[in-house]
Amino acid sequence: MSVTAKPAVAAPPARVATGPALATHQVAAFVVMVALLVSAPFFVYPVFLMKALCFALFACAFNLLLGYVGLLSFGHAAFLGSAGYASAHAAKVWGWPPELAILFGTVMAGALGIVIGALTIRSRGIYFANITLAFAQMIFFFSLQAKFTGGEDGIQAVPRGTLLGVLDLRHTYTMYFVVLAVFLLGFLVVYRAIHSPFGQVLKAIRENEPRATSLGYQPEHYKLIAFVLSATLSGTAGATKAIVFQLASLTDVHWTMSGEVVLMTLLGGMGTVFGPVAGAFLVISLEHYLAQLGSWLTIVQGCIFIVCVLTFRRGVVGELGRLLGKPL
Amino acid sequence: MTVTRVLVLATALLAAAVPVHAEISDGVIKIGIMNDQSGTYADLAGPGSVVAAKMAIEDFGAAKKGLKVEVLVADHQNKPDVGSSIARQWFDADKVDVIVDVPTSSVVLAVNQIAREKNKALIVSTGATSDLTGPQCSPNAIHWTYDTWSLANGTGSAVVKTGGDTWFFLTADYKFGHDLERDTEAVVIKNGGKVIGKVRHPFPNADFSSFLLQAQASKAKVIGLANAGADTTNAIKQGAEFGIVRGGQQFAGLLVFLTDVHALGLEKAQGLLLTESFYWDLNDRTRAFSTRFAERHRQAKPTMAQAGVYSAVLHYLKAVEALKSDDGPKVIAKMKELPTDDPVFGKGMVRADGRKIHPMYLFEVKKPSESRGPWDYYKVRATIPAEQAFRPMDQGNCPLVKK
Amino acid sequence: MIPTQALFGQLLIGLINGAFYAMLSLGLSVIFGLLNIINFAHGAQYMMGAFVAYFALQWAGLGYWPSLLIAPVVVGLFGVVLERTMLKRLYHLDHLYGLLLTFGVALVVQGLFRNEFGSSGLPYAAPPQLTGGYNLGFMFLPTYRGWVVVCSLVVCLTTWYVIERTRLGAYLRAATENPTLVQAFGINVPRMITLTYGFGVGLAALAGVLAAPIYQVNPLMGADLIIVVFAVVVIGGLGSIMGSIVTGFGLGVVEGFTKVFYPEASNTVIFVIMALVLLVRPTGLFGRTT
Repeated sequence: MSVTAKPAVAAPPARVATGPALATHQVAAFVVMVALLVSAPFFVYPVFLMKALCFALFACAFNLLLGYVGLLSFGHAAFLGSAGYASAHAAKVWGWPPELAILFGTVMAGALGIVIGALTIRSRGIYFANITLAFAQMIFFFSLQAKFTGGEDGIQAVPRGTLLGVLDLRHTYTMYFVVLAVFLLGFLVVYRAIHSPFGQVLKAIRENEPRATSLGYQPEHYKLIAFVLSATLSGTAGATKAIVFQLASLTDVHWTMSGEVVLMTLLGGMGTVFGPVAGAFLVISLEHYLAQLGSWLTIVQGCIFIVCVLTFRRGVVGELGRLLGKPL
Repeated sequence: MTVTRVLVLATALLAAAVPVHAEISDGVIKIGIMNDQSGTYADLAGPGSVVAAKMAIEDFGAAKKGLKVEVLVADHQNKPDVGSSIARQWFDADKVDVIVDVPTSSVVLAVNQIAREKNKALIVSTGATSDLTGPQCSPNAIHWTYDTWSLANGTGSAVVKTGGDTWFFLTADYKFGHDLERDTEAVVIKNGGKVIGKVRHPFPNADFSSFLLQAQASKAKVIGLANAGADTTNAIKQGAEFGIVRGGQQFAGLLVFLTDVHALGLEKAQGLLLTESFYWDLNDRTRAFSTRFAERHRQAKPTMAQAGVYSAVLHYLKAVEALKSDDGPKVIAKMKELPTDDPVFGKGMVRADGRKIHPMYLFEVKKPSESRGPWDYYKVRATIPAEQAFRPMDQGNCPLVKK
Repeated sequence: MIPTQALFGQLLIGLINGAFYAMLSLGLSVIFGLLNIINFAHGAQYMMGAFVAYFALQWAGLGYWPSLLIAPVVVGLFGVVLERTMLKRLYHLDHLYGLLLTFGVALVVQGLFRNEFGSSGLPYAAPPQLTGGYNLGFMFLPTYRGWVVVCSLVVCLTTWYVIERTRLGAYLRAATENPTLVQAFGINVPRMITLTYGFGVGLAALAGVLAAPIYQVNPLMGADLIIVVFAVVVIGGLGSIMGSIVTGFGLGVVEGFTKVFYPEASNTVIFVIMALVLLVRPTGLFGRTT
């Protein structure tokens, strides 16, 4: 039995607005999202929100690959985690300021993305999922064994430092708005990528790769660029997370983290702009508020997977968009 | 994945007539029990530690003394990132005054940092790393029940003295395993023994047959298990299968809890040497305490980790009462000042470096024929007096200790 | 540095571990080959098999030998229900959805068992007939481990024979290629698919019973195993029956040697091999190329 070359993930029927023109309802949704996020820390525990924002960016980056290229990577934790180690090491050992530490983590993840992407991008479907998993497991092994990562302890007591020499990030609200800014920047990069001619080509490849080839595009080039972009932004999320929590640890490179980001994207709605954000907030809130249920948490997560796959494969935002008749 | 808020309102809340101490922050002493509620270490600490903490609050008589005491519980899943975010939230948002228990060395060190940064208190019972009273020692923390040094010292020297002078280590490949191996190796060599081989296995690991075969081929008299929980029980169980003990070799469990022996069964565990600071059947006080504990915790006798939580919470409350304040470092200082006395460890004290001092015991696991029933597992081989049981203060490189 | 005798021992140990990989990856492979579903719940079903054996002993006093039959049947029935109620809705979709669904099922099942039975594991003794062992000169071979290898080989080869060499197997293979046509010949294809899934799941449960006396019966015993076994299947070539058997045993041996020469890496070596194999042969060692 062999795997046919059909698109790796059935295209979600809710289409994103075609063409680079900004859809007004998406602008409206964006404004609502920003307003919510700006006011949220005054009502909700800010450290929790920062965690959710880091994961939201991670999920957006992941969605770029799953939702728009149709490639399921089962090893995205490698980028999140290794960027976390890189930025934590830069901030703690080399004493770099936070902006440079985050940038360094991002660049390292991007570089790792180029290497892994170049080796794996020709694989399809389930093989792609596996080969990315294999590389992620190697990164995990490296993180466990290398001296500078601190093994099980991780890199602890990472200083948050002073952003650009003026903003003291030890202050919770200052840190929050910096994280929010990083998230929005990443979100807009993804949005721009999806709605550019580049994004259109990606969708064309997802729908029908041979036709895209026959039109003169080189699918592998486009897929690789998307992969590297996704890895880089995942790195931004991981690097920021390490600075916020002052810790880089094995959790972020473990394969279950790769599973978690799939859950976020699936629940929120893959191939939607706002879906991953909603998915990340939902999953992180579940973990936060259902933690007292102990292992019921995994049961609830499992049920979400099952229900999502069986009943609303478009995800929360995808279904909402369908009800409104407008893609979100 | 953060805060479990199994809010346990101690009976204190019901009898609230007595005046509230103004110095107690927000009028309530909040004790956060942070441990593994569902994973590998859930049975040896987990919910049992919560039971122990509640017993300590009752036995202290918080209600009669007019102190409001609340217990919060969280599952850190043995991950430093989860542990540190719970600690942060507890100190920032939930006004927790002291975090107690904390298995897993990596989480201990992470939480230790945060307790210091937020100027709160930390009392470690289940965590093992001796760095907590060494380079990482802090005016905000006490290490209560045991540490890697005391385990190595107890089991290592006793085994060498009884003729087990060649060792092979099966070491869990992470910080705790490395520490335990390092500390034990030093003791073995100091006592005239030799280490003739070691193998580092991934953590966690299910199949030990390959490593056991290597240990067997080494012909070492003693196989030191520098690991914990399921890794230890699996190694011993499979060791029985491969005829390790019948072949004349002996296991030395460097960190074995009563619940591990319970899970293994005496058939598999018999003859195992191990060091602990507590066993339920030591004397009348430990028996009385353990019977009460078992009634409230599925008929299981307490492990040293759980008994340690009881002892630690009791002493913490005594210090708070004496001080009339729950300010982190002040309470810790007071705890070091007051002598300790409880049914678990008897009389003892807390050293300047944060090390709680009490005797340790070398136990041997009974043969099935010697056991009178469930939980009757150990016989005492040697008592290591309090003053010899822990690393001398001047050898730990703790910055708090003036040279 | 390592005596040859010790290497023989490690080779044998590797084969024993490989026996588990082979049985588990065989089940995964059968399911993928005929249903096009990546059964991520395989590890959980393996764990259920061990637990059924444990229950049979605790509740009904039924020992090891009856459990070898009971566990696969009970867990297989669970699989049948799962297939009828959930999986069959996914056949028209990409197989990634099947992976996600069964991943969810695994989380639920493992969570439920962990809630109920804690996580330090429950003891399960080997049957008296299989205790003890043989001194082979270069090593002491526990009888039970020898039995595992033999049992696994028999089950694997029988399965291979049935699917590749019998009429029933021919129907099965035909049904995956062209279900409509096979249906037209008067064969109840949906039922055949359901039973196939039940069979694959039953294989996992059988492996669970075999594992119970060696490891503790533990709710998380299959949690990390699944990605290893999954890797074995992929290396062997998805859907290739012989591929997963050979790769299972082979990787057991490779892993065994890694435990001697570089033990820290023994959890990772399979993934290194997987990456290398997929880079050279994108559809695995025994997979048919598209």
